[in-house]
Amino acid sequence: MKPFEYTRAGAAAGAVALFRPGDMYLGGGTNLVDLMRLGVAEPERLVDVSRLPLDRVEADGDGLRVGAAVRNSDLGAHPLVLARYPMLARAVLSGASGQIRNMATVGGNLLQRTRCPYFQDVSKPCNKRLRGSGCPAIPGDHAHLAVLGHSPACVATHPSDMAVALAALDARVHVTGPAGSREVPMPGLHRLPGDEPDRDTVLEPGELITAVALPPPPPGRATYRKVRERASFAFALVSVAAALDVGADGTVAGVRLALGGVAHAPWRATRAEAALLGAPAGEEAFARAAEAELEQAVPLPRNAYKVPLARNLIVQTLRELTP
Amino acid sequence: MNRVEGHDKVTGRARYAVEYPAGDVAYACPVQSEIAKGRVTAIDSADAAAMPGVLAVLSSDDPPDLAEDADPELRLFRGREVAYRGQFVAAVVADTYENARAAARAVRVTYAAEEHDVLLRADHPELYRPDKVNPGFPADTEKGDVAAGIAGAAVTVDVTYRTPVLHNNPMEPHAALAAWDGGDLTVHDSTQGAAADRDTIARTLGLPPGRVRVVSRHVGGGFGSKGTTRPHAILAALAARAAGRPVKVALTRQQLFDVTGYRTPTIQRLRLGCDAGGRLTAIEHEVREQSSTLVEFAEQAAVPARTMYATPALRTAHRLVRLDVATPSWMRAPGECPGMYALESAMDELAAAAGIDPVELRVLNEPDAEPAGGLPFSSRNLVACLREGARRFGWDRRDPAPGVRREGRWLVGTGVAASTYPAKRRPSQATATAEDGKFVVRIAAADIGTGARTALTAIAAATLGVPAARVRVELGDSDLPAAPLAGGSMGLASWGSAVVRACEELLRDGRHGTADTTAEIQAGGGYATHAFGAQFAEVRVDPATGETRVPRLLGVFAVGRVIDPDLARSQFVGGMTMGLGMALMEESVTDEEFGGFTNHDLAQYHVPACADVPDVRAYWIDEDDPHLNPMGAKGIGEIGIVGTAAAIGNAVHHATGLRVRDLPITPAKLLAGF
Repeated sequence: MKPFEYTRAGAAAGAVALFRPGDMYLGGGTNLVDLMRLGVAEPERLVDVSRLPLDRVEADGDGLRVGAAVRNSDLGAHPLVLARYPMLARAVLSGASGQIRNMATVGGNLLQRTRCPYFQDVSKPCNKRLRGSGCPAIPGDHAHLAVLGHSPACVATHPSDMAVALAALDARVHVTGPAGSREVPMPGLHRLPGDEPDRDTVLEPGELITAVALPPPPPGRATYRKVRERASFAFALVSVAAALDVGADGTVAGVRLALGGVAHAPWRATRAEAALLGAPAGEEAFARAAEAELEQAVPLPRNAYKVPLARNLIVQTLRELTP
Repeated sequence: MNRVEGHDKVTGRARYAVEYPAGDVAYACPVQSEIAKGRVTAIDSADAAAMPGVLAVLSSDDPPDLAEDADPELRLFRGREVAYRGQFVAAVVADTYENARAAARAVRVTYAAEEHDVLLRADHPELYRPDKVNPGFPADTEKGDVAAGIAGAAVTVDVTYRTPVLHNNPMEPHAALAAWDGGDLTVHDSTQGAAADRDTIARTLGLPPGRVRVVSRHVGGGFGSKGTTRPHAILAALAARAAGRPVKVALTRQQLFDVTGYRTPTIQRLRLGCDAGGRLTAIEHEVREQSSTLVEFAEQAAVPARTMYATPALRTAHRLVRLDVATPSWMRAPGECPGMYALESAMDELAAAAGIDPVELRVLNEPDAEPAGGLPFSSRNLVACLREGARRFGWDRRDPAPGVRREGRWLVGTGVAASTYPAKRRPSQATATAEDGKFVVRIAAADIGTGARTALTAIAAATLGVPAARVRVELGDSDLPAAPLAGGSMGLASWGSAVVRACEELLRDGRHGTADTTAEIQAGGGYATHAFGAQFAEVRVDPATGETRVPRLLGVFAVGRVIDPDLARSQFVGGMTMGLGMALMEESVTDEEFGGFTNHDLAQYHVPACADVPDVRAYWIDEDDPHLNPMGAKGIGEIGIVGTAAAIGNAVHHATGLRVRDLPITPAKLLAGF
């Protein structure tokens, strides 16, 4: 680990004012500190924002405002989250382990780095660590990596479960930075790799997430399903966040679908949603919608299973949500 | 009885290797090869040497004095050749762990890389027959005419199974604290055998054994990977000499994957035949596996087929290929674990093909004597385990048809497999002394988390006829009476024998007893001694997602006399849990491009979590075997893992109709079949 300085910010504005090039904000540290130990992240200085007064979950009309420093375990257990956003509660509780959720913050969860075995091993090339050094995952071990939206430069996946639910819920990420404050929509915070795989998000240097705002929950029923080899404490092979509202006539009045484990960003399944809206809620429409989304998939030899898995999981989850 | 060191462990007072305090201690961190084959051409350590706190840089630029005939994995920095990715090529000693690690990253090593070959293949042109397989069995055996047995069979199977590289992954990483006092070396090491570790360290450093002491009072698991001395211990000794200070070395999880051994991958072909009534006409078990270019390590995967079933024709064979990989080593039930996975899966396939219940097929082929060698069994209660397990599990209600039971989104199935593991012992010494109203037993045994200290306390107390509270067992120190390592499920049988004899002598003497069981063990023999068991699994498979869950695992074992029920249950349940990991999730992915492994941490190499094992039950039957040892006990550390993966794989077939013959059984493989 490269030696680094540490400072603690007292307020969000203060943290932004403190920030200088080479710094990184520190939340729960459950990803950043790992990456520092591995030599993947080498900040000059950590600006600790985990104790900023951004630790509240508050009703905002029929919506919700979640402070960036709220711990994942508090978010997943919050009565308002459980009552209004069961999809989000399930997503948060399906992530990591109890110990990690106790440490991890909402802002840090969103900003955890994408995952790939080569990214985490500094003795091997990786375009995400060093642009132009190559992507050994494409010919090599990509069994858990992306099938959608990847590029010849990078096939890493974003591991967050929470972010998949937030992408399905049209959350807005509140950001403050040297150039002022702004809101970034979900999806939209996370980038696809393109030829800049080192950039996981659209945030500019020094920008700090202060809160996540959730609009009122979509009507109908919602859930989060996560498929993995191990029953807990594992990243998703594929996950799906889904909300389904079936009208009195049996057609789909509203639908939200987002996929995890398949791309460099939480993947909002807009094509599937478009195919479903107005269609009779049933097996046939669900399968057609899943196909419409996954037509875009470009699987690699060792992760081709993710395409039928995502398709089946979408259909199964929508079936489960159908009244 | 509660673990005698339980309170120390849960309160954090129990000290593991690098937790011992040492004045003026320094830390060493290895620099590892970034090629899989070739030669180090230059080592530039100027920048590293100038970094804060750096005390010394070790490398082949200044080769240390190590014995020529030492284990090549331990001859650190002697040569420039690289045999595998991750091999130690240099090391930095510094005042703090962080400084050592940062400086190790700054050492620049230049290589002349050669093309490497790291992948085991069934048709590898360099496969050969080793002279022996571990720990000294013939590589091949043949009895009767397999071709005729297959040709004359009413039902046959000819199937090939694959098991991946598996890593032991004990919770405590391999770690050591080395301190020199003149020419005397003390190493606090995380080892499964203080005496053997002492001997290896001394031999490697060219020292008389009397100049080396290994202390290892508490060990956080080993599963075989701490049964042999690992390079971290030699590095600690060399670094301490170079720095003139005590040195601690604690490997990272990633380094564990590189230099602490692993279970070889296997490719196993099984040909079985039986007559219309289900009696075997032939068994052929051919195993292909790997070793390094440094050391021949030949896993005995086909050896259990020499023990299991009566057959007029039996052929077993092992082939090995030497690749540009680290040397594989022992991992819980080496040989039996991968071998019985294949054999017991093939038996299930034969049962299905013959239309015979898989429990009954095994019962039908129960031998009168050990099939390959002809020795009588000292005791063999496989059939009793199968019957008792079937009763407890509810096997009689099983519909044999595969792929027909559904509960919600899940397909449900059940499976069975047999398990076995040799019951042996090795010579050991021990003393027992009456001191200050207590009885003190001294033996260089190891408690790697098994509860050996507690079990030996119980054995001594029972022999002496005193309450266990009046017995204190001292172990984990090579200065204690010599004892074999914890391995091969021989620990308790070996140490317990010596403890019983020492306590018996103490009873005669009144004050002190010493024992050496060498003669007693040499005088024994004439029997095939094995533990047996039966494993039953219920699985649920979601055909849409390929998820497999195991709501129930049940094992029944015949292991002679059980010394302590709580400790025994822990061993069985732990082994079965590890077997579940092997069945469904554990796999070290070989990096074909760079060598080594890609998923070298516990976030990527999955071992079962609590949610994976909701209901694991272990039982045992009463077994009285007078031919074993004074306790009448068979070892129990390994048999729990043997057969679990086959039982789960067989249950997956029963649930889905699919045979996945390539572990682990992942969603990807199941989805490819649906």
